[in-house]
Amino acid sequence: MKGLLKLLRWGTGMTLLGCALFIGFYGLSVSSIASGYKENHEEGEHSRSRFGFASETNPAYQEECGGCHLAYPPGLFPAQSWTVMMSGLDEHFEDNAELPEDARLEILNYLGKHAAQAGDKVLRGSKDEALTRITELPYFIRKHDEIPEQRVKNNPGIGSFSNCDSCHQNAVQGDFDEDRITIPGYGRWDD
Amino acid sequence: MKAFTLFLIVISSLVSTNLPANQAIEQLQERYRNNGATSFEALDGKALWYSEQNGRSCTSCHGTSSTAVGKHRKTGKKIMPMALSVNPQRLTKTTKIEKWFLRNCKWTLGRECSPQEKGNILQWLQQL
Repeated sequence: MKGLLKLLRWGTGMTLLGCALFIGFYGLSVSSIASGYKENHEEGEHSRSRFGFASETNPAYQEECGGCHLAYPPGLFPAQSWTVMMSGLDEHFEDNAELPEDARLEILNYLGKHAAQAGDKVLRGSKDEALTRITELPYFIRKHDEIPEQRVKNNPGIGSFSNCDSCHQNAVQGDFDEDRITIPGYGRWDD
Repeated sequence: MKAFTLFLIVISSLVSTNLPANQAIEQLQERYRNNGATSFEALDGKALWYSEQNGRSCTSCHGTSSTAVGKHRKTGKKIMPMALSVNPQRLTKTTKIEKWFLRNCKWTLGRECSPQEKGNILQWLQQL
């Protein structure tokens, strides 16, 4: 009887220990994916940065679009947004950004390939499938709701929330980490 | 296959080579002359550069001095000086020059620049 009780105790103990270890290792494996800079998939698929959107670069995109503003990570918008954006370059946010047709198609193709897809974090809460202003993206709004608007809009070093790289100084490398933000005139952003 | 790759590299380098600025400008001005332009006047180029239409001018983004760094009026992005004397990387690629003339003339003047106007501006920037 005593032996059976001992065996039962041992069995229960081992089961509990096993469960605890499993949960621990599972947690570790999940968080190592989440904190890895990029999660690479098979060739042809796009990779996601841990910010929830893809940020591959392309020389033509950098040259033609990055000439005037940060070459926004293509994964910030769904493909339809990019199609709309690239169809009206002669009136691009009150600017003329016309491109020769071959360059336009090359860039559109690149953007479409790495665009946000249904289920991506960046599209959560977004109803408009052809949104073209990142500042209207619910994901973007949620991420910036602690920043006082005046600190950006009235700040001569920024001017608009759309100028990502004014505060995310490494944005051009796809780095939007909240530990590496400096607001011009205010210094490091401390959450 | 190797020969074909080499051939492609040679051809593509011929198509998009960066020329010394004076050569790129000379090529374009030759093209402009063939399209009806006459001799190019730096002072006319300068006048057009500083002229203002509906609050818009080349200086809106390039700044009042073409030897200094400009700033995109909306995005704040730095625009390197246009004057060749301080920025020899400027005006070295004919396709790039034409692309920016198209975009910027349309934004600033509301129309494309004529071959004469483009040649004048290049003449001026070259001498700065």
